[in-house]
Amino acid sequence: MRRILNRPEFGAACGVVAVWVFFALYAGGSGFLTAGAPTYLEIASELGILAAAVSLLMIAGEFDLSVGSMIAASGMTISLLHEQLGWSIWGGIAAAMALSLVVGFANGLVVVRTRLPSFIVTLGSLFILSGLTIGITRLVTGRTQVGGLRKALHYESAQSLFASQVGGFSVSIFWWVAISLLATWVLLRTRFGNWIFGAGGAPDAARNLGVPVQKVKIALFMTTAFCACLVATFQAVKFNSTDVLRGTGKELEAILAAVLGGTLLTGGHGSVIGAAFGALIFGMVQQGIVFAGVDSDWYKVFLGAMLIVAVLVNTYVRGRMVEARR
Amino acid sequence: MFRKLITCVAVVLAAACSKGEPAKPAQTGSAPPAAAAAAPAESAPRNNIRIAVVTHGQASDTFWSVVKNGVDRAAKDQGVTVTYNAPQTFDMVAMSRLIDAEVAKKPDGLVVSIPDSEALGRSIKAAVDAGIPVISINSGSDVYKQLGLLMHVGQTEYEAGFGGGEKMAAAGVKSALCVNHEVGNSAQDLRCKGFLDAVTKAGGTGKVLAVNANDPTDSEQKITAALGSGVDGILTLGPLGSGPALSSLKKGGSLGKVKLGTFDLTPDVLTGIRDGELEFAIDQQQYLQGYLPIVLLSQYKQFGVLPAGGILPTGPGFVTKNTAAQVIELSQKGIR
Repeated sequence: MRRILNRPEFGAACGVVAVWVFFALYAGGSGFLTAGAPTYLEIASELGILAAAVSLLMIAGEFDLSVGSMIAASGMTISLLHEQLGWSIWGGIAAAMALSLVVGFANGLVVVRTRLPSFIVTLGSLFILSGLTIGITRLVTGRTQVGGLRKALHYESAQSLFASQVGGFSVSIFWWVAISLLATWVLLRTRFGNWIFGAGGAPDAARNLGVPVQKVKIALFMTTAFCACLVATFQAVKFNSTDVLRGTGKELEAILAAVLGGTLLTGGHGSVIGAAFGALIFGMVQQGIVFAGVDSDWYKVFLGAMLIVAVLVNTYVRGRMVEARR
Repeated sequence: MFRKLITCVAVVLAAACSKGEPAKPAQTGSAPPAAAAAAPAESAPRNNIRIAVVTHGQASDTFWSVVKNGVDRAAKDQGVTVTYNAPQTFDMVAMSRLIDAEVAKKPDGLVVSIPDSEALGRSIKAAVDAGIPVISINSGSDVYKQLGLLMHVGQTEYEAGFGGGEKMAAAGVKSALCVNHEVGNSAQDLRCKGFLDAVTKAGGTGKVLAVNANDPTDSEQKITAALGSGVDGILTLGPLGSGPALSSLKKGGSLGKVKLGTFDLTPDVLTGIRDGELEFAIDQQQYLQGYLPIVLLSQYKQFGVLPAGGILPTGPGFVTKNTAAQVIELSQKGIR
């Protein structure tokens, strides 16, 4: 029992139950429990994939704010390569993934070399990437929205992998579960996972013990950018169009999901499974509000209040946990 | 909570109404059978009718705030329950999920705007397949039919430009200029085309002048240069065009001599019209884009009636010197 209480994701799990019960009572009659489940799981899956990578990075003591515009940049890369150069969808996806790895590497390199706060460095790359995406797209096409991806070569195979439905649920949900489990395994069962905790919790001690802190951080920046690219791929294939504003604000949502899941803003402590619960809370709140029929003028009020309550539940539970430990 | 309260109040009111209703035929006695048959339908509580509105415009956008005011007013007038949702930013992914959520709630009617039919098509088709009556507003006049929607309520660009051209021709303009500040936006091209077609039809001539929206000085100089060739009427396609055009005319002393018309209302444009500096402004009357679909869907749900004709144009409406004062007042109330 105490072992369960001790886990960082326990609070988030309670939050999930609390939010679910709230909407089941308040909006269950209008379909939240039946038709709503696939929609909030789909939202949670995309955010959860981001949050898995972001929580690893945050445990290592860094932030990546550029994931939001990385989504737009990746999606646009896929669309533009198809529309302008006639590339197949797989060529576009491969190019976007390569681009994301380069951007992630650059983010990581600048952060570890200059020792500037990653918050500032990636805020800079957030703007740069977003501006480049808008600038290049407008320059090449004169528009801010590119569609017609359905006509790309091999679209069907990409669709079955990224945008199909399995038993009424979006395939991205399965990706999310797989990625979360993989990241959890890496974090808790491998040497690299230990290095992540070390890099965030006690970087100097870790460095003295021979942990390649810089390499760990660069690898994690590349992971977050790659996951952003993955989410962009899901969206581009599913909606077969991209626009330059996709992903706006996702960087904060991913951090929020990680924090809801018990990851500390200061690094050194956290959980990927918790981040998955955090993403689930977010998805349920976002769709639940619509099912509850709340006017969207009030949407942000509810979102903010629900999130604070969720964090409070989380912290309260963790407080009890600490008492239990004594 | 608040919504629940409103619903409760509506239920009580509806109950009060339906109590009063059946008494009438009994009193009059000679009521025709048709009216008697209609009575149960009329007394059916309309607050059971739920209509969902999902648009791409946030309530913080002044344009869409007017649309939402139309929605709210119609909901009150019709006595139906309406939810209005829009993504927090211009985000087609988020918008399609809002539509998914509303469709899952199985509303009696759905109102959507369609700025990107590729991205939203999937969700909208799902609504149509689920048997929900759907009406598109504002954008989507080109795709509403193939998506299987009932009708579209909005302004069609070509017709709006054409209306502007007719207005210009009626004001005696012979050589017209269409100032396009967004080259490459097909909607703007259509507006100019409609405008020039109307002017040509009335026996005048006209051409398009492309200006850079981000450089008002450049725009102004280009307009001034074009005026030298004897232009006596200008149509601009929005505030980014009307601003430079106004200041060009002001500096050249030809305010009032060269007729100026524009799309979209701004405080400057409205006071300009009131003071006679501008001839007219083309208004798409977006209040109606919020109001009318609610009325249409309520009636469709209740009686199965719907106007035939596909696109219901809310514009072009024209604001001229005669109406400017009233429009200024209404725009402060969020109706224009």
